[in-house]
Amino acid sequence: MDTVIRRLGAATLLAALVGALAAPWLAPDVGEQQFRDYLYAPPMRVRVVDADGHWHAPFVHRWRLADRVMRSFDEDRSERYPLRWFVDGRLVGLDSAAGQPLLLLGGDGLGRDLLSRLLLGARTTLGVAFLAAIGAVLIGVLVGGVAGYAGGIVDETLMRFADLVLVLPTIYAVLALRAVLPPVLSVGAVFWLLVGLLALVGWPYVARGVRAIVAAERGREYTLAAIAVGAGPIRILAIHLLPATRGFLTAQATLLLPAFILAEATLSYVGLGFAPPAASWGAMLSEASNISAIADFPWLLSPAAAIIAVVLAVNLASGAGARGGAFGALARSRRATPRGAA
Amino acid sequence: MSPFASFLARRVLFALVLVLLVSSGSMWLVHLAPGDFATQLRGPGVSADAVQRERERLGLDRPLVEQYGQWLVGLVRLDLGTSYRFGRPVNELVGVRAKNTAVLAATALFVATVVGIPLGVIAGSSPAGALVSTIRGVSVLGMSLPPLLTSLLLALFAARTGWFPIGGMTSLRAVDPGLPATLVDIGWHLVLPALALALPVAATLERLLAQSMRETLDEPFILAALARGIPRRRVVWRHALRVAIRPVAGIYGVIVGSLLSGSFAVELVTAWPGLGKLMFDALMSRDVQLVAGCAVVGSLFLACGNLLSDLGLAAADPRLREE
Repeated sequence: MDTVIRRLGAATLLAALVGALAAPWLAPDVGEQQFRDYLYAPPMRVRVVDADGHWHAPFVHRWRLADRVMRSFDEDRSERYPLRWFVDGRLVGLDSAAGQPLLLLGGDGLGRDLLSRLLLGARTTLGVAFLAAIGAVLIGVLVGGVAGYAGGIVDETLMRFADLVLVLPTIYAVLALRAVLPPVLSVGAVFWLLVGLLALVGWPYVARGVRAIVAAERGREYTLAAIAVGAGPIRILAIHLLPATRGFLTAQATLLLPAFILAEATLSYVGLGFAPPAASWGAMLSEASNISAIADFPWLLSPAAAIIAVVLAVNLASGAGARGGAFGALARSRRATPRGAA
Repeated sequence: MSPFASFLARRVLFALVLVLLVSSGSMWLVHLAPGDFATQLRGPGVSADAVQRERERLGLDRPLVEQYGQWLVGLVRLDLGTSYRFGRPVNELVGVRAKNTAVLAATALFVATVVGIPLGVIAGSSPAGALVSTIRGVSVLGMSLPPLLTSLLLALFAARTGWFPIGGMTSLRAVDPGLPATLVDIGWHLVLPALALALPVAATLERLLAQSMRETLDEPFILAALARGIPRRRVVWRHALRVAIRPVAGIYGVIVGSLLSGSFAVELVTAWPGLGKLMFDALMSRDVQLVAGCAVVGSLFLACGNLLSDLGLAAADPRLREE
């Protein structure tokens, strides 16, 4: 049972990653293109039987605006739009001559295809989270490795500093750093800025664990042997000690992902992350933040569903959820070295 | 000085350093950022002269070190200065908002503890089966529901059913209904935001404690206690819990930090008039004094959380008291 759930989580995560990487090919429409007749249009139904009961290859009907004020739509059954596979460099879409979007997840407030934007947004959001996790691991390895190897006052200073960063609320720290920079930046600049900022607040989780492992391995015979034959500290650290942290690092990087995905969402939600028309899950969420609009057009919440699905998948796949996530790892790395007990 | 007192003194010192560093850091950050509060005033009909006069009036043209020194002197006297944007004392502005955030965060922490800890003990001490699997499944799901999204979904739920208010802290009323009715009203508004905030924390506490409980129950002293004929229930809830709670108590400080992060999102979504929105607006308008004021109060919350965590740790772990 447990392995089935784990594999399910891993499969979901893999699907999200593939979706993000292959987004331009998988997306049925161009994400930025606005279709004025399809503001808040509901998801289209893929059909194989037409109104007269004849069978066809999968097709959709276009939406006809039934009530402009209530934004309710009904299907225009007069014409069929067959799905076209592997044309225009896309997996599936409608004939571009038709001038129709294929709204499998419905349209947003500007008449854009939600599914396409969700896939393109996955690139941005998951890209930021993954690269930031890698960045946090690099900084954490450096600080934790030095602290664990050097010991004494260096160790004490670095770990106190890590403690300080650790207790800061992630969102506030990133928010304060982001708010003092120019508000309007290009999408690329925002991307790398967020990667950097998140790495800067995420590293202490890594550093604590790396320090504990390195400090423990330092006293082992093989390290003493390396010192005895005259290996320098950098060589010992890089070649002999840090490999011991490999398993921990993969686990830790995974643990950071949910927090980073959420940080991107929160920042974009308040307008300090990716701004429209860039597609990211947070930016989409912020466009959907009108409660009365959500109540009428629930498909606007699909970015929220995507975030929850990915975070749940991470928690299930790594088995970390059952062990208390990032906090659990932190509690365990602390137990190895009781704080204050000199 | 007894070892415990010195332990406590060190932790209080850490807390004070935290408050000083965080507030000073945020102040320098805003100071060093391009533009200041006066720059923002520039617009149609506002001349460069007027902006410069306003800058001089607020003292923004003086050297940064002097401004910072003045603020530090104020801090010692517990006077956080005057907000540029609102023209009112920061103490007053921050005080009201901090109270609201404290109510929200403390309620969430209380609910999370009261729900998470007992469930953790049960999940960690019961034989594997449907009950344990259910608790674990619900917890893993709960951990994956960030407050930002949960509060959005709950607001949607409130809008659809009308059972709870969608946002805000109080209802608009023409006449003051009196204290009891106001408290009930606030409590009613508190339900959904507190729930959104408490859910992932409760789940995390449950998972941590269940894990720690399982490891503790394997220890020889548990076997010894059972062998002496102490009822299993008492062994679990008294003997084992005291030891198993240590790693959980150890990260309460970090949990308070994550509560503040979560409450920022919840406050924005549900329009709860807390510190988060105030800090955000202050940052955006480069209102240095207000930013620093918010940072002082926010870091005080963090420091209190950490001190509580240390006290809890010391209470549960005699090694920290004796040395």
